[in-house]
Amino acid sequence: MTTMTLLQAVNSGLKDIMQDDDRVVVFGEDVGINGGVFRATEGLTKQYGEERCFDTPLAESGIIGVAIGMALYGMRPVPEIQFADFIFPAFDQIVSEAAKMRYRSGGEFTCPMVIRTPYGGGIRGGHYHSQSPEAYFCHTPGLKVVVPSTPYDAKGLLISSIRDEDPVLFLEPKRIYRSTKQDVPEGVYEVPLGKARIARAGKDVTIVTFGAMVSICEKAAEDAAAKGMDVEIVDLRTLLPLDEEAILTSVAKTGRLVVVQEAPRFCSFGGEISAIVAEKAIEYLQAPILRVAGFDTPFPYSLEHVYMPDAKRVLAAVERAVNF
Amino acid sequence: MTPMAEDLLSVLEPKSAKGKSAKIALPKGLDRAKVQRMYRLMVQTRQLDDRAMKLQRQGRIGFYVPSIGQEACAVGSAFALSDKDWCYPSYREPGAALAVGVSIQAMIHQLYGNAEDVTKGRQMPVHYAFRKQRYVSVSSPIGTQIVQAVGTAMAQRIRKEKAISITYFGDGATSSNDFHTGLNFAAVYKAPTIFLCSNNQWAISCPLGQQTASDTIAVKAKAYGMPGVRVDGNDVLAVWQATSEARARALAGEGPTLIEALTFRIGPHSSSDDPSRYRPNEQLETWQKKDPIERLKKFMKSAGMWTEAFEKEVVESAIDEVNAAVKHAETVPLPASSTLFTDVYATMPPHLVEQQERLLALEKAQGGAEIDKNAAFPL
Repeated sequence: MTTMTLLQAVNSGLKDIMQDDDRVVVFGEDVGINGGVFRATEGLTKQYGEERCFDTPLAESGIIGVAIGMALYGMRPVPEIQFADFIFPAFDQIVSEAAKMRYRSGGEFTCPMVIRTPYGGGIRGGHYHSQSPEAYFCHTPGLKVVVPSTPYDAKGLLISSIRDEDPVLFLEPKRIYRSTKQDVPEGVYEVPLGKARIARAGKDVTIVTFGAMVSICEKAAEDAAAKGMDVEIVDLRTLLPLDEEAILTSVAKTGRLVVVQEAPRFCSFGGEISAIVAEKAIEYLQAPILRVAGFDTPFPYSLEHVYMPDAKRVLAAVERAVNF
Repeated sequence: MTPMAEDLLSVLEPKSAKGKSAKIALPKGLDRAKVQRMYRLMVQTRQLDDRAMKLQRQGRIGFYVPSIGQEACAVGSAFALSDKDWCYPSYREPGAALAVGVSIQAMIHQLYGNAEDVTKGRQMPVHYAFRKQRYVSVSSPIGTQIVQAVGTAMAQRIRKEKAISITYFGDGATSSNDFHTGLNFAAVYKAPTIFLCSNNQWAISCPLGQQTASDTIAVKAKAYGMPGVRVDGNDVLAVWQATSEARARALAGEGPTLIEALTFRIGPHSSSDDPSRYRPNEQLETWQKKDPIERLKKFMKSAGMWTEAFEKEVVESAIDEVNAAVKHAETVPLPASSTLFTDVYATMPPHLVEQQERLLALEKAQGGAEIDKNAAFPL
């Protein structure tokens, strides 16, 4: 065990899986000698050489396109998109090519690859360094979408993603890259995809969330506890495919649901959670399903702290649900 | 009409240093049997295209993209590949599929999208995928395969394998961002890739002059730092030669080549298109005189490689094979409803299991969904 930040856990996961599996190659903008702008790929080129971790020309569609060609050929590419906000030039290659390759070829060709990208706000990055684009990708059959919220999960989920037979979008909550530390095992280990985690057990209200919002919700849960409300937090870890069972089990227990996300509310992933619970667990609900989300505006710069859900906004929703 | 440039590589119409007609010399590496094989592949392609267009007009298949007039581009290039090379085609290279060993039957099953189609009826006709022949799944959006082919070539280089990738596209694709990105990546990494542009001078209704202001497509290679070769695309021997040379360079670690094969789309863009709306007839007539099959036949006659009996056997066996494949494909039912949910992921996740179970239960209770007989592409 070593105490690591989430960022160090990502780096450790890459190092260990590259040792374990020589099909794994890492590439992207500035990921080589510079180790990535956040240093997630620090030391990989030195340890494994320029053929296994290398810089690319500055073109996201090219980074993902060549990753697809490598995956089809039998490699396990792990391309990095420097910020999730820059992923859109590669949108076609991700949603129409990588995600659809297995289906459209009748299983003749498959595309196992992991696209790592830092996402989310809270780093004073403005519109082009802060967005949470998960909803676009969760609308894509054939793709898996994974979001860790702890160092332990970051490494285990990353290794599971790289070993998975399908393309995975691995969204790294950069706001908490260095904020907390946790004991992380040496060597490869897996945290299974498609399985949520109960980050906090409680009986009065369920919060479903993921990524950097987990720690915000934990703070809100502390504040709620001080007011006598017992909050359960479901950390999704994988958004697609979704662990519906974990959500429905929790809601059946608490009878109340608050969904928390950074992304704008309209047509968002939180809407899907709400719909599933409304369809499958309405008989347990004692209050309306509530969503705490980013506002339906572009991501701001100066007023980032106002835009992003914080513990106060989450607590207000918890109180509304409990007092309904 | 685009004039044939002086720097156009040609085998069937060679010019001497002074620009006069010269004697045809068979490229090194080709022999009688190989030339006859390429001739057969072009005839098979023509017969498949011809029949498939008729099947579409008869309403027996939903859509088709003919390659009539461009057979030499696909056949000549794919015939230069080894059984380790990978092919990233566009939708207008049925001749390449045949050249790398795909059967006419497998292709016709795909046109019908039936239960024996290896792609399980998942895509419109001509969007083939054949893993055994390393013939990668065809995509409709233009140019997407170009960067993917580069990725495969990068992997081949990393793995130090004696293999290359080739990707096919038309003149329209040279405007796509993936063309630029693909050529740039390939040149930077010296990836063993061949970019084969079948310049048929029309992207649906958009003529070449409106697609690019560049003198040629081949010249674009210079800016990326790779050789650009312009070849007579209706000369199967020249296309074979240009591809073989590019392949040798790629295997020698010299990186990618852009080949512009100058040709012409004799037919419509697809079964949904009517080129008489936008294309001058004189241009069509000019290019009909350069038919790649007729030109090769003329050479074969002069070289003693062609007889009436050979012609009869080649044409009749191609027609027979297409007919038999159509006949069989029409006896095969559509894929089962349950296959709608397979191959989305390696393992079916719970939400798809649930959707599959519900659909099958509904079908059992109420009967299956009915085909909308009015649905036709495009409406």
